Amino acid sequence: MREPSLGGIVQTEQDRKRPLLRAGNMNCGGCGMSNIFQLLSHAVAGRDVKLVIPACCGAITAHTYPQSAFDVPTILTTFASAASVATGIAAVAGLNNEETRVICMAGDGGTYDIGMATLSAAAERNENILYICYDNEIYGNTGGQRSSSTPAGAVTTSTPLGKRENKKDIMAIMAAHRIPYAATVSIAHAEDALNKMRTALDTNGFRFLHILSPCPTGWKSEPAMGIELVRLAVRSGLFPVYEVFHGDRYVINIEPDFSDEALSMYLSLQRRFRKSGVTETSLRPGIDKYWHGLRMLSGRIVPARRH
Amino acid sequence: MPVELISANHGAGLAATLAGRANRTGRGFCCGVYPITPATDCMEYLCAQEIEKSKVVRVESEHSAMGVCIGASATGARSFTTTSSNGLAYMAENCVTAASLRLPIVLVVANRTMGPPWNIWADHGDSLMLRDLGWIQIYCADNQEVFDTVLFGFRLAENAEVMMPLMVCMDGFTLSHTIAQINVPEQDMVDRFLPITTVPHQLGSTPHALGQIEVAHQVASHRRQHHEAMEKVFHVYTDIQDEFQQIMDRSLPDPVVSYRIEDAESVIISMGTIGATAEQVVDDLREKGQRVGSLRLRMFRPFPMKSIRENLKTARRVAVIDRDISLGFGGVLWGEIKAVGSRNGLIIQNYMMGIGGGMSGRSIFAGF
Ligand code: SF4
Repeated sequence: MREPSLGGIVQTEQDRKRPLLRAGNMNCGGCGMSNIFQLLSHAVAGRDVKLVIPACCGAITAHTYPQSAFDVPTILTTFASAASVATGIAAVAGLNNEETRVICMAGDGGTYDIGMATLSAAAERNENILYICYDNEIYGNTGGQRSSSTPAGAVTTSTPLGKRENKKDIMAIMAAHRIPYAATVSIAHAEDALNKMRTALDTNGFRFLHILSPCPTGWKSEPAMGIELVRLAVRSGLFPVYEVFHGDRYVINIEPDFSDEALSMYLSLQRRFRKSGVTETSLRPGIDKYWHGLRMLSGRIVPARRH
Repeated sequence: MPVELISANHGAGLAATLAGRANRTGRGFCCGVYPITPATDCMEYLCAQEIEKSKVVRVESEHSAMGVCIGASATGARSFTTTSSNGLAYMAENCVTAASLRLPIVLVVANRTMGPPWNIWADHGDSLMLRDLGWIQIYCADNQEVFDTVLFGFRLAENAEVMMPLMVCMDGFTLSHTIAQINVPEQDMVDRFLPITTVPHQLGSTPHALGQIEVAHQVASHRRQHHEAMEKVFHVYTDIQDEFQQIMDRSLPDPVVSYRIEDAESVIISMGTIGATAEQVVDDLREKGQRVGSLRLRMFRPFPMKSIRENLKTARRVAVIDRDISLGFGGVLWGEIKAVGSRNGLIIQNYMMGIGGGMSGRSIFAGF
């Protein structure tokens, strides 16, 4: 099951010569965020980029002063201010007619929770920012506490018996802001991911990418399994892959096969779901319901699942 | 030089506008602003201005207002914002970032009591709460001083040897809403006084990270550098004062404003508008034959220890007036004055006045 996230995609002339995230960074082995940076390096290519990273694992990724593992100018901000600091940077780039792409790379805590007001306000103002949420469904940097992105049933250090509440629907929230572009991204589907990253980089105004980001440390999974886990989440319908343009045009990019087998494998390959007793059967109704809504929004009348 | 009859809030907004325009050939001017009483008028004034090469972002909180300033300043623009009281408390986290990243942001604080229980009147407790972060803090006594200090503040904050954020404090309502005459320089005078902003460590095109983790000895040496830069403020201050005088043709007060201090046995020490009242009280008492003087601290951080010591040479009794209280200790200013002023035979007493916007007029002094 091991494979590089760019399986089948070779580096071309137009690609960025050096990776955005260099070797020698502080990420755990198998961190999905490292894969995201790898993909993003290709998508960014020759563009002028500035990174904004709030308090999260990404802030540690850079390693210690004065070296930086990031190959672009980067600013580390307080937890709740990625989108506001990025606003200032994008504004000054605009004043100076620079083509700079300002990219926030934030975890789910900084996006779903503490940074929500800042994020929402920047989206409402349609700032020229690409906001990427690498969603590992946990406060990874503080040792694995629940966030409002943690799925029901997952054990975290602050929900030792498994979280009770469902995961917040961040995409619905972002779509409700009518931003030019929002998309969910699977790192197991490199071509789709690259297309979306490129679209997001080329679009002006506020763009949001939601990326499921395996966290071996928090998910209690094998580092080598990350991409496979995302593939299982996509196949089973647990992580829908779609785009939303201007908050109203929904495009489903990958059709899952809603396989219960995939869902059961997704759960069993992580130890975080062991205690709470979530199973493919308990998750299925929620998935069906979500897909029903998604299909309505996308205008596609396809049965929600095969029986 | 035209004279405007405006409030200190509008004066601060006007000074920021002129300073913003002065950076039009640089990387521009960018602010995040959010309303809070009594600083709101300053923000409203700014939002109504058309400033070449500028953007004022109307954000959703003070935390984000400072966030925008951080982003703008980190990419080399001139940056300004304004707040009060709980707004400053809410902004505080990002004020730490601004200071530690050594970004020359100018912040106008219309001092106001912290709540709840809610109170909108003057009290220095809000800005003093941020005493230790590495911001320069200047307290003003009249509208002209507020206006001049904003211009001066950018020059000081952006000085290569100083390079840190600066707070211009004014008593809420007492100054912020009082309309008085302000001499307003022409744009070309401001252009001459305020060169374009250069942030040597700005995020440009070479990869480097601002604000990444540091280990203990790195933090310690950065703190030390910051502290040393604080100490340089005094001599840079004097240099800029001279230039201000030459270009604007008027003087800007010293970090410590002394009044009839030469032979004073009793000295009143205070900050902000109470300092102006204290000077009148000194006149009253001098008429009664008492040898009284006043020291008004304009600069609170860095703390002008040397100047205070020199000014207390003849003193036997010192009355420190605090428009604040550090609960469980006493007046904040009193604590600082005791730390630098103590010597045998010198009595340093603490008085609280005007807390929560309470009376601070001349008659109140009589009760002391
Ligand atoms: S804790 Fe998780 S998200 Fe953080 S670096 Fe490790 S694997 Fe990545």
